[in-house]
Amino acid sequence: MNFHEPHIDYAGISPVIALTVGLCVVLLSAVFKPLRRSAPILTMLTLGVTAGLLIWQWDDPKTLITGALRLDDLAISISLIAILMAAFCVVLSIRERATEEAGSGEYHALLLGSVMGMVLLAQATNLVSFFVALEMLSIPLYILCATNLRREGSLESGLKYLIVGSIGSATLLYGMAFLYGGTGATNFAGIADGIVRNGLDGDPLILIGIAMAAVGLAFKTSIAPFHQWTPDVYQGAPTPITAFMAVATKAAAFAVFLRFFDVALGSQLDSWQPALAALAAISIVVGNVGALGQDSLKRMLGYSGVAQAGYMLGGVVVLSDAGTSSVVFYLAAYAFMNLAAFAVIVGRERETIYGDDIRAVRGLGVERPLLAWPLTISMLALAGLPATAGFIGKLYLIEALVEGDYTWLAVFIAVGTMISLAYYLRVVAAMWMGPEGESVTGATPVIAGASPEADPVDPEAGRRWYIVGPALFAAAATVFFGIVPQPLVEFASHAGASLFG
Amino acid sequence: MSSAILWMPLAFGLVGLFLPKRAVGWWAVLGAVVTLGLAIAVAIGFDSGSSALQYAVDEPWISGLGVDYSLGIDGLNLFLILLTAVLWTGGVAFAAFREQERPTTFYFLMLVAETATLGSFLAQDLLLFVLFFDLMLVPFYFLFGAWGHDRSAEGGLTASAATLKMIVYTLIGSLLMLVAAIATAVLAADGGHLTFSIAALSEHGLTEGSQRWIFWFFAAAFLVKMPAFLLHGWMPDAYRAAPLPALAVFSGVLAKVGAYGFLRVVLPLFPDATVEFQEVILVIALASILYGSVMAFTQTNVRLIAGYSSVAQLGFITAGIFALSADGADGAVLQMVNHGLVVAPLFVIVAILAERTGSEDIREMGGMALRAPVLAALFLIVALATLAMPGSANFVGEFYILNGLFEAKIVFACIAISGVAMSAYYALRLYQQTMHNRLPSVQNQGLLSREIGVRDGLVLVPLVLCIVGLALYPQLILERTAPTVDKQVAAVSGGDSPEAQLAKK
Repeated sequence: MNFHEPHIDYAGISPVIALTVGLCVVLLSAVFKPLRRSAPILTMLTLGVTAGLLIWQWDDPKTLITGALRLDDLAISISLIAILMAAFCVVLSIRERATEEAGSGEYHALLLGSVMGMVLLAQATNLVSFFVALEMLSIPLYILCATNLRREGSLESGLKYLIVGSIGSATLLYGMAFLYGGTGATNFAGIADGIVRNGLDGDPLILIGIAMAAVGLAFKTSIAPFHQWTPDVYQGAPTPITAFMAVATKAAAFAVFLRFFDVALGSQLDSWQPALAALAAISIVVGNVGALGQDSLKRMLGYSGVAQAGYMLGGVVVLSDAGTSSVVFYLAAYAFMNLAAFAVIVGRERETIYGDDIRAVRGLGVERPLLAWPLTISMLALAGLPATAGFIGKLYLIEALVEGDYTWLAVFIAVGTMISLAYYLRVVAAMWMGPEGESVTGATPVIAGASPEADPVDPEAGRRWYIVGPALFAAAATVFFGIVPQPLVEFASHAGASLFG
Repeated sequence: MSSAILWMPLAFGLVGLFLPKRAVGWWAVLGAVVTLGLAIAVAIGFDSGSSALQYAVDEPWISGLGVDYSLGIDGLNLFLILLTAVLWTGGVAFAAFREQERPTTFYFLMLVAETATLGSFLAQDLLLFVLFFDLMLVPFYFLFGAWGHDRSAEGGLTASAATLKMIVYTLIGSLLMLVAAIATAVLAADGGHLTFSIAALSEHGLTEGSQRWIFWFFAAAFLVKMPAFLLHGWMPDAYRAAPLPALAVFSGVLAKVGAYGFLRVVLPLFPDATVEFQEVILVIALASILYGSVMAFTQTNVRLIAGYSSVAQLGFITAGIFALSADGADGAVLQMVNHGLVVAPLFVIVAILAERTGSEDIREMGGMALRAPVLAALFLIVALATLAMPGSANFVGEFYILNGLFEAKIVFACIAISGVAMSAYYALRLYQQTMHNRLPSVQNQGLLSREIGVRDGLVLVPLVLCIVGLALYPQLILERTAPTVDKQVAAVSGGDSPEAQLAKK
């Protein structure tokens, strides 16, 4: 019996190796006393090395581990977005209550674990690696949501996410079983072949599989009507984690959404395209209407995330290079826009008694201009106003939709954006046009002996570099890519072209 | 040169952010004046006989999406750019003579607004036009919302609610326009090379079916901006809330962008739909004239009188464009400039009156002519221009519009003519009530002089001189605009060539 030594492309899996090593080191650092304070630095180091290794693999698509993974520009660009968000999550977590309560080493190790899930999910081309990566991404997040151990909301958020996320995973798994049963393959390319070879075109078995897989992924990307968990979980989780989750999870899930539907199920286009388009439209309406009248900024951003996921799903629907590129572009823009908003929310949460309530940003324009400008830019960008990356992102998506004969969905995006103005501009108005002279910073709670969680942790948080820095950086990037979008467009079109290349 | 004009205000605005608070107002004035100087230089160097683009710039901006950074000046936008530069100089100077809250941000936003407005006039790329068209709204949102007046005590809206209403109304149109613009380019490219260049797009006609819905998406954006009847719901609240220096430029220029959009984009790109819906738009235009006029002579708030008179005037301009004849469109362009020059001083006068009488209600003003003869004289010129007195450039403009309309649709022209009569009523009513009507409450104050100071005179007199100058020599505009405007119209009506039209004049 001959034993063939398997060929291992170490260069291709080097990012995952780096993450694994980093994860172990960070976790162990909690054990050794002298290293206890170094978890954030080690995490940043790991993320930096991983990003470097990923960029090294740019423009060199390769299939890894006997077809379980495919490291192409799409995977790299999505991974980079996830790493960027994780890095900012680390910075925003400095002096966050959750890291102290849950243990800095554990908190950061979990974060790295989730990033590893995302990096793997973005590369997954096989049902098994797909599912394992998805769980790898989700399970650390369930725990991270609950790391604010003494706050009921945080625990509730973790539990809710766990239950709903598990239902999503189970549905997805069930759908996968149908697809495997029908085609006998777990490879995405093999599934595509199997459908043709076994004459399963339009077969109920396949259709049920597609539907359940779509529902499972819709849970993860918070597409309506499978979004109910989103606002609650976003509100309850520690804010740096919410920021990370809002963008990075969506990015990774959309990567596999694109791969799974466009590569494995491309031949069944006629059956899933109208269904996904309908989901996108529902998501746009539900998200935008739901966000109206939300007083909690995190809830509002949760609902807005539902709507934004609807916009992005449009790029998946059209099944084209332009569609894929527009999703990548939008995700990158979305990362910067959300980051600016969440950085400001973290700062205000720590220095006022209002938490993430809209009252916390009242009069911010006068009091903390360095926070007010980033939040303003973020809101205008999310609303898709020109001179921001949000406008170019919408332009890209609409162009892809019109080219793909889905003009009606483009009109939905326009209508959704109009509704969204009402709640985005409400935040802007609170900052710049609110009643003046009322400072909310460091105000004492109205009720004596209120829970210590409501106390401002740090009345000067709005001036700290680790709050102002990320906010300004993300806002500057949002404006920069709104005026000079060419580099980001090229980045996205590379990623888009690599899906079928 | 086009780029210099476009970015000059923004450059001054950015530098102004780092200046001390006392200096920033005059720095902004300097920025507006430099821009005006550039605009005048362009107008002097402009080749009046040609209908081609001059000072053109064309660089790829986002090559992957087919968007170019493409600017240019022709007869259609030359005077609108000049108007923008003139009114902004006036508006910023008027503001600089007064204390402003948070001046750094105020002037920054004013200058951003100027760049955005100039951009929408200069853009020769459809998407760039849409971008600047939307961008215009952002600075005005902050200007109206944060520096505006809270009218909730008078049964109106708070400033932020009024501006939100304005934003939602106008963006409904603009966002649909974004979809329509992209659809235009994608359908015209038909799988080939994607371009948003207006000139290139006008050569590839769209099918009549797609022209139809795209026409309405564009028309919605432009009609809201004007505003036209039924889409004017945002106007009264926003006008009451707005700070006056910003309102003067807003009313003077932004409303014209809508009318300009019809000439620049809709007529050449969607000729079939334009002919098909000509009468629908004319009905809307006539309704605007009648409704605007009637409202203007029932209102007592000075801002609203000016606001509703704008609705009527913009109705005239729309009617002139959709007469689809060379005369009508020439008149429309002339009238755009005229109306801008008239309405901006009107708001400056309103501001001055409000400072002196403490009210914006004409029932509480009066008897100003005796105590402020210079102001009254200036106001009289503005009022007479508003009612299109023979001898004013507005008369020439309205005459051309009606002439074009008579040639095209005689029934519509007969109705439109009533608007001319009504404009005389509301303009004179406004003048009489504020200047002549001596109120008992005011009479007790004796002959205390309420004359305008040198500083306000410096703002008002040049604007009035522009009105007088144009009244003496309206050909200045007509000569330069006619070749381009006629070309735009000829694309639809398929009538005489531009040269033949010019020879006729």
